[in-house]
Amino acid sequence: MSKKTAAIDIAEATRLEMYRSQYRLREAEQRAFDLFLQNLVKGTSHLSLGQEAIAAGFATAMQPGDLTFCTYRGHAHTLARGVSVEKVLGELMSRDNGLMRGKGGSMHLTSVEHGVMGSYAIIGAHLCIACGAAWRAQYQGKSDVTTCFFGDGTTNIGAFHEALNFAVIWKLPVVFVCENNLYMEYTPIKDVTAVAQPAADRASAYGLERILIDGNDADVVYQTAQKAYARARAGEGPSLIECLTYRHSGHSRADPAKYRPKGELEKWKESDPVKTYRARLLAQGIKASVLDEIERVVKAEVDAAEVACKASPLPPDEIMFTDVYADGGCAWRN
Amino acid sequence: MAELTYRDAVARAIAQEMERDPDVVLLGEDVAKAGGVFKATVGLYEKFGPKRVRDTPISEQAFMGAAMGAAMTGLKPVVDLMFADFAAVCWDFFANEFPKSRYMTNGQVKVPLVIRLANGSARFGAQHCQSVENWCMMIPGLKVVVPSSPVDVVGLLAASIRDPDPVIFLEHKSLYAVKGEVPDGEIVDTLGTAKILRPGKDATILALALMVPRALAAAERLKAESGIDCEVIDVRSLLPLDTRTILESLSRTGHLFTVEENPRLCGWGAEVVSIVADEAFYDLDGPPVRITTPHIPLPPAELEDLLIPSVDRIVETVRRTLTA
Repeated sequence: MSKKTAAIDIAEATRLEMYRSQYRLREAEQRAFDLFLQNLVKGTSHLSLGQEAIAAGFATAMQPGDLTFCTYRGHAHTLARGVSVEKVLGELMSRDNGLMRGKGGSMHLTSVEHGVMGSYAIIGAHLCIACGAAWRAQYQGKSDVTTCFFGDGTTNIGAFHEALNFAVIWKLPVVFVCENNLYMEYTPIKDVTAVAQPAADRASAYGLERILIDGNDADVVYQTAQKAYARARAGEGPSLIECLTYRHSGHSRADPAKYRPKGELEKWKESDPVKTYRARLLAQGIKASVLDEIERVVKAEVDAAEVACKASPLPPDEIMFTDVYADGGCAWRN
Repeated sequence: MAELTYRDAVARAIAQEMERDPDVVLLGEDVAKAGGVFKATVGLYEKFGPKRVRDTPISEQAFMGAAMGAAMTGLKPVVDLMFADFAAVCWDFFANEFPKSRYMTNGQVKVPLVIRLANGSARFGAQHCQSVENWCMMIPGLKVVVPSSPVDVVGLLAASIRDPDPVIFLEHKSLYAVKGEVPDGEIVDTLGTAKILRPGKDATILALALMVPRALAAAERLKAESGIDCEVIDVRSLLPLDTRTILESLSRTGHLFTVEENPRLCGWGAEVVSIVADEAFYDLDGPPVRITTPHIPLPPAELEDLLIPSVDRIVETVRRTLTA
């Protein structure tokens, strides 16, 4: 595993942006959890608390026009592309101000204008769909790259293997990112997988480089992403990147994560990506006041989002019957 | 006017649309150099080249997903899934991905693609000859088109490719060799329209695909042998469903028969009969009758012939019902 740290060769503005992004994802998701405790999030939700460095590192390395595909654990990736906290929290709360006016919910966050092409709740499918988006770029001679995020559990479904083979044979500009947080849902991934590293150890089967990185280090994530994007834009095909990380919360809001061995969470919290990155920036000479100001602005956005969502009504009933078909409605007969 | 086979009509429609729109692409197993397992895409690879006509591995999930991702971002993919039964190995895309994305994203994501399936009986047995139109019909967000003749293949496939929604296009593999007259020039039909193929006053017979020529043959025999004058409607499209044409016909004839190749339970005719019971009960002069394949897996070869609705079975059922 690449253990390179303190990547001072990354521009200061970029490092500050990655801190802002990670801090924002953390604050937004903690607020989502608070709203759940207030019984204001009635549907399901899957948090990425502890995994923020991956979303922040990749999104920062992306260019406008690049596309993101993510799973039902997609709040962080959606926010990291610039979608507002209000739109995301509104969607979780089924409010009219939500990103999809409540029709998709937490597991399907999508913002095409930000390049977030969807959050997919059926394991594996979106790796195949991401191939298609990348194929379109190749077909049209465009330079955008598609990034597809998924969990460690995804590596044991057929679609993962089909998509990897497909992306390689068609040499598609797609980057597959496995967020290995050690648990597929409640079961440790190592208990159900033939190899130690569920994504990286499969790369050679598809003629791909084995890439395993510290997913809690935004600098490492960012630099790995840059390399993969350069390769994709140069027409050299896909990459498969396994990022080691850990989720601080359970699988979903219904999961208190009691299956964890004692002390495991505490150990991983020592490498909490948000806290360690802040400490690194300070050690690199960034003034605390600069970071404090970033945090203040983020908190203000999250506070304002909560107020706006609580004030927003549920969507009108009619909205539930729109956009089944392209004519805007749901008619299946004349 | 040219005489084309049903399979040549498939290639003609795709060529017509590929010439018109550079975003139309074709992919599937053996679809390019081999011209398709059913030879329905012969000549397209030579005409449009390897960039637009692409062979895929045996990875139904991968190429269904690839088609979807391409459709979402600007292309108009046409996918050849080969045997309709293979839909079951990539059903996630039919049930969860193609039809739900527009809705879940409140209209942000569009999935304009066509999935071509070789549907129905052809003596290959229980895993290669199912009629899956009823699988598809139950999913909100899909369109389901089922042509019975070469001219309808051209017009309805062209319309499906131009349609902004995901369309499941069910070709019947026992019709591929059937010939029919097809006018020259561009042909584009309208989805969601049934067609009255034979007017009649005594009963309405609804049919799809291979059941259409059988219903027509049965109608001729019923007229000649018993003086029963049947109206035969090719339903052509299950989603959207042209209930207007069906109900209007029933209001004139008073008797309804559906001829369905799918196994009995939840066949498309059940939904039609339900609509009739709700909305046209007092137009009925007798019970609506569904003529279907029994609710069993299909055996192969000659045994299959005994189970799919035949001309004889249609004739006997209609005669028995109307003369009871």
